[in-house]
Amino acid sequence: MFEKKSGILLIAGVGFFAFAFLSNAVIPILMYRHLPEKTVKQVVNGNVRYQFEDLAQRYPAAFEKAYGQPPADPQQAGEWYDEKCAEALEVGRKVYIGEGCWHCHSQFVRPVSNEDRRWGPVSQSWEYQNRLQRPVMFGTRRVGPDLSREGGRRSNDWHAVHFFKPDMLSPKSPMPQYPWLFDGTPDQPNTRGLALMTYVQWLGSWLESYPYYEDYAPTPIKNIVATE
Amino acid sequence: MTSSLTVSDAELPRHEDLVEERLVLWYFVAALTFMVISMTAGVLMGLQLIRHNPLPAIELFSPGRWRMVHTNAIAYGFIANAFLGIMHWIIPRLTLRPVLSRPLSYVIFGAWQFVVLATAVGILLGEAQGVEWGETPVWIDPLALVGLLLVAINFGAPIIQVRGPMYVTLWYYLAALVWTFLTYAMGNFVPEYFVCGSSAGAVGGLFIHDLVGLFVTPLGWGMMYYFVPILLKRPMWSHGLSLVGFWGLAFFYPLQGIHHFLYTPIPMFLQYGAVLSTIALELVVLTVIINFVGTLRGTGGEVLRNLPLRYFYTGIAFYFLTCLQCALQTTLTFQALIHFTDWVVGHAHMVMFGVFSMWQLGAMTYLVPRILKTDWYNPEWCEWHFWGSAGGLMLMSGDLILCGLFQGWSWAALQPWESSVQVSIPFWSVRIVAGLVMFAVQLLFIYNFFKTWQKSRAVAASV
Ligand code: HEC
Repeated sequence: MFEKKSGILLIAGVGFFAFAFLSNAVIPILMYRHLPEKTVKQVVNGNVRYQFEDLAQRYPAAFEKAYGQPPADPQQAGEWYDEKCAEALEVGRKVYIGEGCWHCHSQFVRPVSNEDRRWGPVSQSWEYQNRLQRPVMFGTRRVGPDLSREGGRRSNDWHAVHFFKPDMLSPKSPMPQYPWLFDGTPDQPNTRGLALMTYVQWLGSWLESYPYYEDYAPTPIKNIVATE
Repeated sequence: MTSSLTVSDAELPRHEDLVEERLVLWYFVAALTFMVISMTAGVLMGLQLIRHNPLPAIELFSPGRWRMVHTNAIAYGFIANAFLGIMHWIIPRLTLRPVLSRPLSYVIFGAWQFVVLATAVGILLGEAQGVEWGETPVWIDPLALVGLLLVAINFGAPIIQVRGPMYVTLWYYLAALVWTFLTYAMGNFVPEYFVCGSSAGAVGGLFIHDLVGLFVTPLGWGMMYYFVPILLKRPMWSHGLSLVGFWGLAFFYPLQGIHHFLYTPIPMFLQYGAVLSTIALELVVLTVIINFVGTLRGTGGEVLRNLPLRYFYTGIAFYFLTCLQCALQTTLTFQALIHFTDWVVGHAHMVMFGVFSMWQLGAMTYLVPRILKTDWYNPEWCEWHFWGSAGGLMLMSGDLILCGLFQGWSWAALQPWESSVQVSIPFWSVRIVAGLVMFAVQLLFIYNFFKTWQKSRAVAASV
């Protein structure tokens, strides 16, 4: 059996592989079946909406070029913004993957090495049960800091300038420049640029303690809840 | 193997009927071409890190994209191509049967080059897939999978016809043909289309790990069990240990994927399981190493004199080092410090270059003169190639492993992020130097290869 084709093909080749898949993949899948995957629209929350509308105000021309005009009716405009925000998140994630941001930035805060003091609450499973984390953007290398608590930490202006030329804001930064996310200058982000900023502002926006770093209190989520 | 000894020489099929030598050479040329592309990409990313990117602010030269080209070109361009070439030599000679179909072999060759090139182009256009080591754009994945299936059929045919017990190499090869196909399908489709979040992370970890463990490693050891006894003109030291090595690897290797994502929200008991099976595997690895060192008994000097053998045993030494490292770094204590740092990058280079590329370069050093039927144009350059590769790699890995410790300590001490970058700059600079040394000697090897080919033509013409 141990040196024959059948044993090697069936036991080692298929059997052991299947055993590993069952024990290492199917078990977590079953364990999280009570947390169904959320769609992109479902993960648009008040915080990221706030940032998205902020983009519309800061870069009106660029925003209009990318997304057009919101309807006049406030109710419809609300839905319109949600929809466009979801669209932006999806494009932003694609840029994040395509540019390899995830090979320099992780998206999980570990319970060790003082990471919760640096970045905020330790990551939990439910945070990842959505379309934007399929495939999951955990990352395996940190040349730059973890980004899972990045939302709300910096202003959109900051991100725009930083993506355009990182060392204008972070001297000696090894992060690459991304001028192709802009039409020539940092105050003219293009569709991809706006989308990437929305995506980065979304990270961590679902948390109670958002935004973690700078005290922007009260958080927009609470305002919205209060007005509803 | 033993069965072939009972057959009289007259009945043995002729080598020319078994091995398509031209294809072996073609695979080597393709492999080395992608090696150059991959190393160019690596240099570009390395220069970005020390803020000397010669081509900043150009979309097609986005360092993040080239970083993905670097890893994919080495895995699917260099390593896979070199293995395919070597398998075209080994499998027919070991089974005494040609592959299923020669035309099919050429189709696979073309298709595979297309897959790798399309991957590189797709990544450069920003179409990467968000799975590490599987960045091949999603629309190429099905084609790559068909390619792997054809590979399995083409090589599987002669292996399946072997009667009775098979030689060790064929255990590894047969299993690898199945595993590679399954691994590729699992890693590229499950986390992309079926599951999200932590479960996708678990599958992603399995994929990263199985690519090394179930595709590269068995193909690598398979060729070691073939070449080493031939070069030493003696059988492996212990057949029992060969058995332990294979079955231990087959069982424990696939169980470890999650150790790439320790301290994530993946359930903790699964993380412990991955850690334990990793440590178990290191014991298995030890038996394999003992077997190969045992085979060497009394003829250790051969390793110094015989260049291909030196490549092989250098790789085996690095294999021992990386596995020792694995057993340590997989523990949660170590992970807290070194995960996310350049330690891991150093480790990855030691495995992919120090072990598997060294073995393959050794096999090329051995096979090229046999296929071209003339000596190396300049054997001295082959020596340079060896020392540059081994020395450069040692410097790069050692440097990055050390760098990782400094980064980890800097982060844990809650120093500002910039200081972890600042502390890395000297290490990253050394890494560039080491990388350039490795790059230079590969170019020398390629030039030597070219000149040898030219020389073989001249020899053939003069006969
Ligand atoms: C070569 C590795 C590298 C790549 C690729 C990279 N970054 Fe960075 N990033 C860094 C480093 C290092 C820093 C810290 C220094 C700084 O602020 O520029 C950083 C900082 C950041 C910050 C600021 C974090 C904070 O609040 O201090 C954000 C946001 C960011 N990166 C997003 C991105 C995005 C989005 C991409 C992809 C388009 C990307 N990075 C690609 C290395 C990288």
